Amino acid sequence: MKHIFLTLGLLAVLLAACAAPDLNAPVPTYDTGIDPSTWAKIPAGEFLSGQEAEETLIDYDYEMMVTNVTTSQYTDYLTAALAAGRVKIGQFNGKKALVGYYPGDEFRGVKHEEKIAAGDWILVPLEDPASRFSFDGTKFAPQPGYENHPMTNVTWFGAWAYCGAQNGRLPTELEWEKAARGSMDDRPFPWGEEIAGQVANFYASRDPFEEMSTFGSRTSPVGFYNGQKYGSFQTASNISPYGLYDMAGNVWQWTGNVYEGMHYRFLRGGSKDTYDMDLRIWVRNNATPTYFSPGVGFRCAR
Amino acid sequence: MQFVKTRFNYLFNSTKGLILVAIAMIGLVTATWGMLSGPMAEMGVRDWLVKTLGMDLLQAEREGRIVILYHAIAMAVVAIETYIITSLLPMKPFFKMVINLLITAGYILTMIFGLGFAYFGHNWAFHGLYITGLSLIFFAGVLLCVALWPWDKEYGMPSSSALPRGGRELLPSRTGRGAGREGDYATFKGVNLERLAFFATAVTTVISALFGAVPGAYFGNGFEVFLAENIIRYPEKSVMEYSVIGHLHIMLALIAIMLTLIIGRWLDFKGIWQKIAMPLMILGTIVLNLGVWGVVTPLEPVAHMIIYVGATPSMLAALFLLIWSWNKLIRDGTAHLAKPSLGQKLAALVRDPLKFGPTWQMLFMNFTTSGIGIFMAVRLDEIFRVWPAREERIELTGHWHALSAIIATIILFYYGDMLGLKGKIRQLYGWSIIVFSDIALAAVTVFEMKRLFISEAEQQPLVNGLMLALDFGLGMLMVLLAVVLVWRLVDLFKPKGRWTEEQGQELSQEVVK
Repeated sequence: MKHIFLTLGLLAVLLAACAAPDLNAPVPTYDTGIDPSTWAKIPAGEFLSGQEAEETLIDYDYEMMVTNVTTSQYTDYLTAALAAGRVKIGQFNGKKALVGYYPGDEFRGVKHEEKIAAGDWILVPLEDPASRFSFDGTKFAPQPGYENHPMTNVTWFGAWAYCGAQNGRLPTELEWEKAARGSMDDRPFPWGEEIAGQVANFYASRDPFEEMSTFGSRTSPVGFYNGQKYGSFQTASNISPYGLYDMAGNVWQWTGNVYEGMHYRFLRGGSKDTYDMDLRIWVRNNATPTYFSPGVGFRCAR
Repeated sequence: MQFVKTRFNYLFNSTKGLILVAIAMIGLVTATWGMLSGPMAEMGVRDWLVKTLGMDLLQAEREGRIVILYHAIAMAVVAIETYIITSLLPMKPFFKMVINLLITAGYILTMIFGLGFAYFGHNWAFHGLYITGLSLIFFAGVLLCVALWPWDKEYGMPSSSALPRGGRELLPSRTGRGAGREGDYATFKGVNLERLAFFATAVTTVISALFGAVPGAYFGNGFEVFLAENIIRYPEKSVMEYSVIGHLHIMLALIAIMLTLIIGRWLDFKGIWQKIAMPLMILGTIVLNLGVWGVVTPLEPVAHMIIYVGATPSMLAALFLLIWSWNKLIRDGTAHLAKPSLGQKLAALVRDPLKFGPTWQMLFMNFTTSGIGIFMAVRLDEIFRVWPAREERIELTGHWHALSAIIATIILFYYGDMLGLKGKIRQLYGWSIIVFSDIALAAVTVFEMKRLFISEAEQQPLVNGLMLALDFGLGMLMVLLAVVLVWRLVDLFKPKGRWTEEQGQELSQEVVK
């Protein structure tokens, strides 16, 4: 009898593990009151970069978006770019994708380096069930409830193209780091020393958007962690010293550096899918520029 | 006072006592520090533990803490292997005493003061004692090499060709052999090749330790720290970074190779398979090391190829041990049957989980570690380098941890035999280790490879199931270990407990006949 219970128990666990989660489960909607179209000014000067907090100088002023680019902002851009013929429908890995032109990178033939030639590259996939937008053939629209969430499932090329269209660019890693850390100290997180579930969206952080027993983590609206109370969930502000939100958690953010001898692009900030250690300011992730994921987004600099 | 003195004498002056202390220390550290990450952290246990123990965990120092934690546990494992070697192989009593003394002081200093420094505020005297501990272990390793010198005539053997037909003589016990005949073992010009394999592994381990010590001093001087898995994709790495990467790979491999030799000695590996395996093991160990050391030289571009060339004979040697061991288990278990059926042979094979377990785990390792590693190497650019670096890191750290866990379980099989477990307890202990560890290792392997068959968006239910299996397997193993340790603790309070019998026992006397 004991064996039967044990076997049934194991089978139940396995069956539960095989059940596909509902990717379109209803999402709570909140107005955070943070305007995603605003930019923060970061003045020229020194700051402490990296884990070892080395004094580093950025000798020019620049601006960065206060939040990640939202699904609404990005779908508006795609609709306009498609209508203007700047992007087109193509293929990536045998699946329908929106593609756009990229002038290519210098190829040095270093071990593991892959050539990024001039041509059309994938901006976003068009058939991925994890995307938070819809496409009717001419117009893109955010999935209801995700309008003010960060744009995800976007490749580095997609992020690069968007920022270019805004007369901006992707921030360099150092620009990103300075914007997140400020210039006063060597804090590990944009808001300070400690991390908790009330201040950022990370894996199993118990925010209102996740359900770990089924679909797992989901993105939160940009600027969600601003000290407001949403229902019974009290947030703490995760604003950085220069006034940027979500520089740790929610989505990994593409950065703009193209390094010699490697085709990988670097991502910063950790995401809803990573443990808190990956939210530390100096942590780097990287991926091929064609990579897209429900946990990857971006913001621009200028 | 006499009560404490006799127990202390057992725990720190007998092979089985020393092994018990080291296992207990590892168990304690693993159980405690295991609460700082993964599901325990998710459930809030980490925060409770940090507050309760008064840990001081700065975010910027996480990587440094992990490096010290790895060393704290690894040094205790190295100490256990050393105790086994000094008890299993013949050597001068002076060497045995000094090596055991040094390595015991070494790993205890490393563990206590290393963890004290890393997790409880930065007392630099603690750091100095941590380094002292590592240095003592290094010196114990050098002495072990001297003690194992295979060309010492006292421990040599006549070559098999010089033996009379059939080689009837029993070897003197000081050679550390079981009941085998001289002609049963690999020799070359009078040198015992098994001892030479132990010697080669010990020497290369000591040299490979330098590949960690030198960059450790270099990066420590500037207070820089990194985990190798985080820089794996950078096209340009410094010599010191390569040295660290080489060091961590080869040390784990050498611990595994040494354990394979230990298991072979415990089971009295002999015959034709042993004669082929030992030269392969020696060759493999040396070439593997040359490849790894080569990463800090201009040979770096071909170092991986040399490593593959070295790993192949080492793995073949382990395979030959497995073939011989399984044949022996089947032969011994069916000796009373005239014509055993397949079922009877299988039953004989698995009859004693403590003797079947080590080689089974070595076979299982091919699915969780070697297979994954080779698959990754072969399909690196097509599959793994298309994934983000954090996904690749899961594979890298996952298969290192799986190998470490396999090494731990193999030690536990041997330890179960040392304890003299018999009957149902032996079955329960042995099969629990096999089943629970394999559930956990299978789960972690599927977890590592999940991106091959499931997308990020759809993975959560699978991840939940795998985590449950992983935590269940590891948790039950820890419970099993805790039961054994509590039993041994209670035994220490008995005036005529098992510890009194173990005090004078040496492992060379318990080599499987």
